[in-house]
Amino acid sequence: MAKFNLSINGKQHEVDVDPSTPMLWVLRDHLDLVGTKYGCGIAQCGACTVLLGDVAVRSCSLPVSQVGQQKITTIEGLSENGDHPLQLAWLENDVPQCGYCQAGQIMNAAALLKANPNPTDEEIEAAMNGNICRCGTYTRIKKAIKAAAQM
Amino acid sequence: MTRIKTSYGRRSFIKTTVLAGGGMMLGFSWLAGCKLDSPNGELALPENWYELNGFLKIGENGVVTIMSPNPEIGQNVKTSMPMIVAEELDVDWKQVIVEQAPLNTDIFTRQLAGGSQSIRQGWKSLRMAGATARHMLRQAAAQAWDVPLEEVTTEAGTLVHEASGKKAGYGEFASAAANLEVPEEVELKDLKDFKIIGTSRRNVDGKKIVTGQPLFGLDYKREGMLIAMIEHPPAFGMKLKSYDDSAARAMPGIVDVFTITSYPEDYELQWCDTSAFTELLVVVGKSTWEVMQAKKALKTEWEVAPEKTKEVLQFWGNKQPVKSPSGLENTADHIANLATAGEKLAEVVRKDGDPEAAFKKAARIIERSYSAPFLAHNTMEPMNFFAHVTEDKAELVGPVQTPEFMEKSVSARLGLPLEKIDIQMTRQGGGFGRRLYGHFLVEAAVISQKLKAPVKLIYTREDDMSFGNYRPAYYATYRAALDENNNLLAFHVRAGGIPESPLFANRFPAGAVDNYLAEGWAIESNITIGAFRAPRSNFIAGAEQSFLDELAEEMGKDPIEFRLELMERAKNNPVGENNDYDPERYAGVLKLVREKSDWGNEKPGVGRGVSAYYCHNSYVAQVMDIEMKNGKPVIQKVHCAVDCGIVVNPDAATNLVEGGTVDGIGHAMFSELTFKDGAPEQKNFDRYRLIRHSEAPKSIEVHFVENDIDPTGLGEPPFPPIMGALANALYRASGKRVYHQPFMGNRQMPG
Ligand code: FES
Ligand code: FES
Repeated sequence: MAKFNLSINGKQHEVDVDPSTPMLWVLRDHLDLVGTKYGCGIAQCGACTVLLGDVAVRSCSLPVSQVGQQKITTIEGLSENGDHPLQLAWLENDVPQCGYCQAGQIMNAAALLKANPNPTDEEIEAAMNGNICRCGTYTRIKKAIKAAAQM
Repeated sequence: MTRIKTSYGRRSFIKTTVLAGGGMMLGFSWLAGCKLDSPNGELALPENWYELNGFLKIGENGVVTIMSPNPEIGQNVKTSMPMIVAEELDVDWKQVIVEQAPLNTDIFTRQLAGGSQSIRQGWKSLRMAGATARHMLRQAAAQAWDVPLEEVTTEAGTLVHEASGKKAGYGEFASAAANLEVPEEVELKDLKDFKIIGTSRRNVDGKKIVTGQPLFGLDYKREGMLIAMIEHPPAFGMKLKSYDDSAARAMPGIVDVFTITSYPEDYELQWCDTSAFTELLVVVGKSTWEVMQAKKALKTEWEVAPEKTKEVLQFWGNKQPVKSPSGLENTADHIANLATAGEKLAEVVRKDGDPEAAFKKAARIIERSYSAPFLAHNTMEPMNFFAHVTEDKAELVGPVQTPEFMEKSVSARLGLPLEKIDIQMTRQGGGFGRRLYGHFLVEAAVISQKLKAPVKLIYTREDDMSFGNYRPAYYATYRAALDENNNLLAFHVRAGGIPESPLFANRFPAGAVDNYLAEGWAIESNITIGAFRAPRSNFIAGAEQSFLDELAEEMGKDPIEFRLELMERAKNNPVGENNDYDPERYAGVLKLVREKSDWGNEKPGVGRGVSAYYCHNSYVAQVMDIEMKNGKPVIQKVHCAVDCGIVVNPDAATNLVEGGTVDGIGHAMFSELTFKDGAPEQKNFDRYRLIRHSEAPKSIEVHFVENDIDPTGLGEPPFPPIMGALANALYRASGKRVYHQPFMGNRQMPG
């Protein structure tokens, strides 16, 4: 066990966990931030995507000991009132089916738009390819990302 | 206007008050706050709720809470079922809050997510619930205003008496209405007066989903709750021999390690219990990661299990022996056996005319074989369930498609009466049939009973993929007899699988061909299988529709024209009996997709394939356009035409059709579960392929047939036929016919 001071969604949090604990489980089990989802645990599905600085990372494969003072943003902290352009576009396009993958999709898309505010279809596909949606909402996700880029 | 008998009594309404618990989800404590999330923003909390019936309650401020009875697995019933209630209640959708109902067999019927039946079978009772409440509100107003009931009308949550100019919100009369007798008969709206049904309403959980609020089973948390995981045999046909838990026990955060028997020998299994692995090793600890680590530190020895046969209570109430042979199975053997077993094992299921004679005198016989592998459901949210079992009651919360059946299982297993079992459903991260088989509820309950503590059982992705109820492996051979003028003389399908046949003998083209033969067969296996989005149809549709395409080509006919000719025959002069489809509606979706896709005028370079299928009471036709780019197929467009009767929530229905289309393409193209010595060879998404963003169609267009037929299912019907459209489009784009799924896998079975 070791103590870690983490900067998550603009706030400092202290946790006392095994240093190997992935951020996914620190968020879910220790900080009650359950918007970040578990899907595979091996960086293959994207359900656990959070922002580390401005970059999308798979929190299931990011040990808490490697985070240091880098800022983490989760779906809960993407916007104050749930009004990030992507969140609005997601609602506008009624994207979710079961909804389980969507937090990861949105966080991954948020990193994409930060790096590339006006992505082409091909760029969206390439950037989003690591995020699986078993319900098959891919075409709507693409539509929503493009709509958000215009907001 | 339709008059309808209300088939529930006062008793059930009173009972519901007892259930008004809820509010136990983390962050779900809206009762404590003063604002409620409605589908359209925030609503002020009323001081009092008045229950008009088990489906709805109205606050004195006019806010309405509608209970959504069925499990929400992504099919969007949590929005569309309450829409139906709200329609008949005649309330403004903006004033509605939706809550997931717990299992309550006194009020609700068929709280099950399966067979695409929620809307179809809920249609009447949902309308009745809304109409009954509306009637009682009108009655209350009529009494207070001293006017005849007939003169009190409603408009979007307002009671109106036109002659006197009196008006009042529903909230004002909610209390009085709640004290009235339930009417014996109520009037339902005319379809033309619908204001909510048929209009697109957004997912009621949308805001929570996109802001990451706790919604799913895996998000559920309770004070003092422990985390449990199971270790099951690595291969089908194996059982636990011995284990050493000393290292695991010593790890931080670990509370206990023990074995459980989920289903003892004398337990009477139901169809939704899964008994492949009944003796399980359980690791319990304080946090998920700690338990995951300890699980890896277990030392286990497994041994081959003997053959067993058990009587299993089936869905329809009959009992059937189910045999699980001994041995460790391999995909290589499966493939070889599938290709040869049909000849030996096939049994006639339907025969019209004299197919043998017709094949004998045929000028030409076309014969093709098709196959598909085992598939894992892979809901994005792995299996999990919360259980808190005490001496006298069991509380269970989580994602399950069959709460009513599983309540019986838990009751029988724990020896507690049904009234002592409380099952609540969370939102579910996908279902696809996997959560029909709720053995994980029983496991969680047994673990909690042993621990005497609240516990959440979680399957890792690896557990989930290797302890499944898989889509069976299937194989089908189709034969057609043609005369010298290319007329179709006879049609023969022989279909089987491991361990069940995918055959639907009475479906199209049965009824359209004079000489018709359908045979089925099955090979035993100890690999557990179950319903997977459109069971059996999910293979046989693609096989049949590929064969019809090839047949049309051999006969020199347009593939749509050819199908329409057959349907015309089935309509005007059907062959045989019990034909399980309406040829006119079937033809309807084909004609609609032909028109919408501008069939026959595709762009150069585009390979176009068509397919149509009927299952789960709905008709779907699809046209797919593929272009080859650098030797790879790119799906540019899919046109879908759907006849599912009245469409309750068009945009959400469109979403479901898009999703079913993408899902079907993905499974036919990429997915397969293979076995080596009984063990699944794919245990996570590094080796198990699901379709990804770049592989999805670039665009999907969905069209619904407009009619006044009561709504039918939509979760499953778009899934099976797309596999045929895909195979046919691939052929037109690449010149190569594909027969064996996954089409993009490295294995093409010997045809
Ligand atoms: S859970 Fe992290 S990528 Fe799947
Ligand atoms: S919406 Fe269900 S997995 Fe994406």
